[in-house]
Amino acid sequence: MKTLSPVSFLWQPFSPGRRTETLTGYALILPALIGFSLFYALPLFRAFELSFTDWNMLRAPRFIGFDNYIQMWHDGRFWNGMKLSLYYVLLNIPLQTALGLFLAVAMDRLTRSIVVRSVILLPYLLSNVLVALIWLWMLDPLLGIVNSMITSLGFERHAFLGSPSEALATIAGINIWRHMGLVAILFLAGLQNIPRYLYEAAIIEGASEWQMFRHITLPLLRPVMVFVLVTSVTGSFQIFDTVAVTTAGDPYDSTNVIVHYIIQNAFSFYKMGYASAMSMALCLVMVLYTLIQMRMMRASESDLA
Amino acid sequence: MSHLFARLNWFCIICWLILAVILVITVTPLWIMLKTALMPSSEVFNYSTSWWPNNPTLVNFERVLGLLSTEESLKAGGSGAKVNFSLAMLNSIIFTGIIVIIQTASAAAAAYAFARLRFPGRSVLFGLFVASMMIPGVVTFIPNFILIRDLGWLNTMMGMVAPFCLMQGFSVFFLRQFFLALPKELEEAAYIEGASHFYIFYRIAIPLSITPLITIATLIGINMWNEFLWPYLVAKDEAHQVLTVALQGFKSQTPQGQPDWTGLMAATAISVLPTIGLLLIFGRNVVESIQFSGSK
Repeated sequence: MKTLSPVSFLWQPFSPGRRTETLTGYALILPALIGFSLFYALPLFRAFELSFTDWNMLRAPRFIGFDNYIQMWHDGRFWNGMKLSLYYVLLNIPLQTALGLFLAVAMDRLTRSIVVRSVILLPYLLSNVLVALIWLWMLDPLLGIVNSMITSLGFERHAFLGSPSEALATIAGINIWRHMGLVAILFLAGLQNIPRYLYEAAIIEGASEWQMFRHITLPLLRPVMVFVLVTSVTGSFQIFDTVAVTTAGDPYDSTNVIVHYIIQNAFSFYKMGYASAMSMALCLVMVLYTLIQMRMMRASESDLA
Repeated sequence: MSHLFARLNWFCIICWLILAVILVITVTPLWIMLKTALMPSSEVFNYSTSWWPNNPTLVNFERVLGLLSTEESLKAGGSGAKVNFSLAMLNSIIFTGIIVIIQTASAAAAAYAFARLRFPGRSVLFGLFVASMMIPGVVTFIPNFILIRDLGWLNTMMGMVAPFCLMQGFSVFFLRQFFLALPKELEEAAYIEGASHFYIFYRIAIPLSITPLITIATLIGINMWNEFLWPYLVAKDEAHQVLTVALQGFKSQTPQGQPDWTGLMAATAISVLPTIGLLLIFGRNVVESIQFSGSK
C-alpha cells in the first residue's frame, strides 16, 4: 500500500493502532460489502450460471451447455434488439447533447435565475413512466394535440408511436425532452468553471462568438462532456421504461430494444436461462464500451489545470 | 458579466430565443396534462385539441382518487378503474425514504474507510465497487428476482428496497472523492488526542461533508422516486404498488379500447405534485446538487 493515510506518521506494522484501524475499516465497509456481495457479485455469478441452463422457474434448471448462446447467435430478434438499442443511442444522444450544450451556453450568458434552472430541470425530475404517459396522450394519432397542430399547419397526420418507422425516433424525442435540461445543468456547472478572463482576452483580440465557442468553451468543457457522454450513452443503450409504457416493443418489434426483449423473455415467456444468456451479452457490450471510454477519458484530462 | 458581452447584442437575442423556445417546450406538455385533467371526459372527442378547458371540472380528480362511487364514476366517463393514490404515494415515500437513509449512511461509512483507513484488500474491494457501476441493471435483476422470490419477499417492502439499500457504486465513489479532499489536519489532531477512528469519522468527517451528503441523498432520492422496473417486477399487488407501477397499471385498464385519458391525466397531475412541491421548497438545493454531481 503506497497511499498515505492521515495517520501514516503514527502507523507501524503490527501495532495495536493498526489493528483497530483495520477492524474499523472492515466494520465501516461491512454494510456496503453485504449489499455488494448479495445483490451485485452473487447475482452476476448466478446469471452466468443460469445462462447455461433451460429454466422456466417451475421445474429444476436443466444444464444445456452453450445452447442458449447458440440460439442467441441465430435469433433474429436478439440482433434486432441490439441494433435498435444502438439506433436509439444514435437518435437520442447527439441531439440531446447538442441541445443541452446550447441551452447551457445561453443560460450561462443570460441568467443565473434559480427559477429558470428549476423549470429546465423539471422534466428530469418526473419519472419515465409519467413522462411517457403525458406524451402518449399528446401524440395520440386521433386526439393528440401534436397531430392537431401538424394538421392545422397543413401537414399529414402522423401515427408516431403506432408507426413502425416513427416509433423509435418518437421515443428518442420523448427522452430528449426529459433529459435535455439535465444535460444543460451539468454543462452549466462546467461553463461556470471557465475563467472569464479567457473570453475577455478573446474579445480584445477580436474573436468571433463562434471562435470563442470552438476554441475556449468546447476544449475546456471536455471533462464534463466525457462524464455526460459516458453516463448518458450507457443509460440510453439500456432504454426500457419508456418503451414498456408507450409501445411494449410494438409495432412489429420496431421498438423491441434489447433490455425490453430480455425482460420479455424472462418475465413473459419464462425463459430465465435464455434471458440470462442475453443479459451476459449486454453486460459484455457495456463493459467494453465503458473501458474504451475510460481509456479515452484518461487521455483527455482537463486543460484547466 | 453582462457588460462584458454588451457588444454582442445579436448573440444575446439568439440566446434569449433559444431559452424562451426551450422553456415553452418544457412547460407545454405539463399544461396539456393539466388542461386534460380539468376537462369533462365527454369532451375528449370534440375538444381534445383546444388549449383551454371549456368547462373546467374536478370530477376526474375525484374519481381517480376514489371519492365517487363506481356508478358516478362510470357516468363521468371513466372506466370505473381507480388508483389508490394515497397508498401508492405513501408506498413511494416509504420506498424512497428507506433507501435514501440507509444507502447514504452505508455509502458514507464505506467511502470514509476507502478514503482514510488502511486495511488489507482495500484497493481490490474499492475497484470491485467501482466496477459494479458497469453492470447493467437487467443482468442482476433476473437473479435478484429469484432470490427475493425464494426468500418469500415478493410483494413486500423488504423485497422492494433490498437490492438498492446497502450499496450503489456511484454513491461510494462520489463520497470517497470528497473525503479524500478534506484537509487531514483535524483528523490527525483528533487522533493524537486519542479519538478512535470511528469517532473521527462520525464526529469530524461527517459534519464537514454535509453538502456532498445532501447531494448524494438528493440524487438517490430522485432515482428511487422514479424507479419503475424493479418495483414492477417484485411488487405488483395493489397494497405495495409505488406510484410509477400504479400509473402503468391504471393505463392498462382500458375496457373501452381507448385509455381513459382525462382520468389518466388527472392521475398523472396528482403524481407530479410532490415533485413540484420539492422544487418549490428545495429548488436551489436540488439544482445545485445535480450541478455538483457532474463536477466530481
